[in-house]
Amino acid sequence: MEIILNNNPDFVETTEKAITVEELLKIKKFSYKLLIVKVNDILVTKENYSKVSVCAGDNVQVIHLMTGG
Amino acid sequence: MLDYQQIRSILKNHTVGIAGAGGLGSNVAMALTRVGIGKLTVVDFDVVAESNLNRQFYFKHQVGFKKVDALRANLLSINPELILETYDVKLDSSNILSFFQTVDVMVEAFDRAEMKQIIIEKFQTEKPEIPLVIGNGMAGWGNSNDMKVQQYGNLYICGDGVSEVADNLPPIAPRVNICAAMEANVVLSILLNKVTNVKVKP
Repeated sequence: MEIILNNNPDFVETTEKAITVEELLKIKKFSYKLLIVKVNDILVTKENYSKVSVCAGDNVQVIHLMTGG
Repeated sequence: MLDYQQIRSILKNHTVGIAGAGGLGSNVAMALTRVGIGKLTVVDFDVVAESNLNRQFYFKHQVGFKKVDALRANLLSINPELILETYDVKLDSSNILSFFQTVDVMVEAFDRAEMKQIIIEKFQTEKPEIPLVIGNGMAGWGNSNDMKVQQYGNLYICGDGVSEVADNLPPIAPRVNICAAMEANVVLSILLNKVTNVKVKP
């Protein structure tokens, strides 16, 4: 499945037509504790990772937050 | 194209919110004050410490002062006409939105990643129309060219996205100030792009 990931075209290894954000993070190995996820510019909070789905063509943004300032 | 007087008069009519007055916040406030922003709303609960002087916009004689009070003195020394609203309050998820209801652009200037997450989640879900500018990854030194701005809709992330503060990777003036200056620069592009036909990249 082709998506846009962090502003670049990306291929997701799956046979499904749609996967959840939770599954996407696992496939793409985003394992950091503090993440910000947006799907088509809508923020997805952690409690909704298993509810919101990602389909081909979706624009997904995953940002790892770190301490410093 | 805008001339400098037009730029000044546009900026004078806008308000920027800054959450935190440490390494990022004090320097973002300084830069925006210098270019003539009309109003700043700054919230921070902390006190100036000796260890802050390696990067924050405070002076030795201000150690022990409330940051919002020291910052007020410093900003008004640059521009006495600045309208400055400050609150000596510890921000959390329950109160953060209340201080910044009417800002044109919101700047995140916390140190802890957990607080960065809270401000993004609160603003992007409950105030998605307000552009939000974040600092993320500016510890250590060198690698100036890794510092960048990435836009995710109405969310702008400044920094290298990888350098987390650690014992061997301290937050110190040059890179923290680069990041703060990038945040201020994004604010300018957002405010000025609203009114000009010449769109500048954030």
